[in-house]
Amino acid sequence: MIERIREEARKAFEEGKIEILIGFGRGTLRATPIFIEKKEDVDKLIWDDTCWINLATYLRRFRGKKTGIVAKGCDARSVVALIAEKQLKREDVYIIGVPCQGMKNEKGEEFLSCRYCEYPTPPVYDVLVGEKREGKKENYPDVSEFESMPPEKRWEFFSEEVKKCIRCYACREACPMCYCEECFADSLDPRWLEPGLSLSSLQFWHLVRAYHQAGRCSDCGACERACPMDVKILYLTRKLNKEVRELFGFVTGLDPEALPPLGTYSTEDKEEFIL
Amino acid sequence: MKKVIAFLCNWCSYAGADLAGVSRFQYPPITRTIRVPCSGRVNPLYLFKALYEGADAVWVSGCHPGDCHYQTGNYYARRRFAIFNALMDYVGFEKGRVFFSWISASEGKKFAETVKHIKEEVEKLPPRQKFLREND
Repeated sequence: MIERIREEARKAFEEGKIEILIGFGRGTLRATPIFIEKKEDVDKLIWDDTCWINLATYLRRFRGKKTGIVAKGCDARSVVALIAEKQLKREDVYIIGVPCQGMKNEKGEEFLSCRYCEYPTPPVYDVLVGEKREGKKENYPDVSEFESMPPEKRWEFFSEEVKKCIRCYACREACPMCYCEECFADSLDPRWLEPGLSLSSLQFWHLVRAYHQAGRCSDCGACERACPMDVKILYLTRKLNKEVRELFGFVTGLDPEALPPLGTYSTEDKEEFIL
Repeated sequence: MKKVIAFLCNWCSYAGADLAGVSRFQYPPITRTIRVPCSGRVNPLYLFKALYEGADAVWVSGCHPGDCHYQTGNYYARRRFAIFNALMDYVGFEKGRVFFSWISASEGKKFAETVKHIKEEVEKLPPRQKFLREND
């Protein structure tokens, strides 16, 4: 697999398809993102179970340049979502798709996002390395389980998780879709959210962060993995993914031409919640 | 007295409120109205913020589907608030604090009825405890 990735990367450089390549290299604890500008450096690329990061996060930094990216299923879907939001041009991005075997933590356990992964193979790519992998049928068992709890218990769980948060915003930095020039959490005018670690302000941050992901999240789980305090946040974004799928029939990152679900509408949308 | 932050669209619901007024329909004085150009102008962040700052309820009202002054603004709003509702319910925030309605400029009666309905719903609930800004 690693050899194939290097080979495709070298070829892309030689054919002038890319000026820069974002891939995974050897890090101290796990794979680290590397940015390759010369074809001699492609041997630094690796692929293993620790390629946790969503590399699409770095793409916007190289706008206007022909950029290659080594992408697993979720990374590629984030790239597509960014293209759909007009943050990137399709022709500027060269996707070296890697069918993903699932990522594992230090203990060798598969991550939640990988356990339920529906698209291990990138749905959109320029070149695919290796055999296509079938995903699992996504039916959000974890979300359904959480939904079946009584509301008080859900609120308690949410509050307890959120209390661990130190507002370092690592989740935001790790996320390819969190690209606002000024985040609402940093804005001073208007000041939506004061600094500090009060429970309600932490709840505010987590609710709005999740809300902003609706219909845009590719379920890569990079936010949760980036969290130094192990706050569970995937159950929120996964719920919104489920909701967007059920209400609007939309799955993120499959079609670069499709409008984001909250950027469009249908006259047939359900409205039983409206008085 | 309960406080409900009402985001009313300029063209329908705000005019509906106006009609309720000139028609002398009585309704409880619980709303604090914010006039917005369109229900599609209401960023869900406003609703989070209003609840966070202590509103007993938030209410967004716009034109009926198909009647939007800007053709489609309320359709976008409908999608946003469906997601907003889903998220708030999911984390266990109590139901009955978030309201959406379509009220046209000719529905002064419906406006008054809706305010009454919201008052009843909100008064069923205990005082706000969740998701309240701490005044420290």
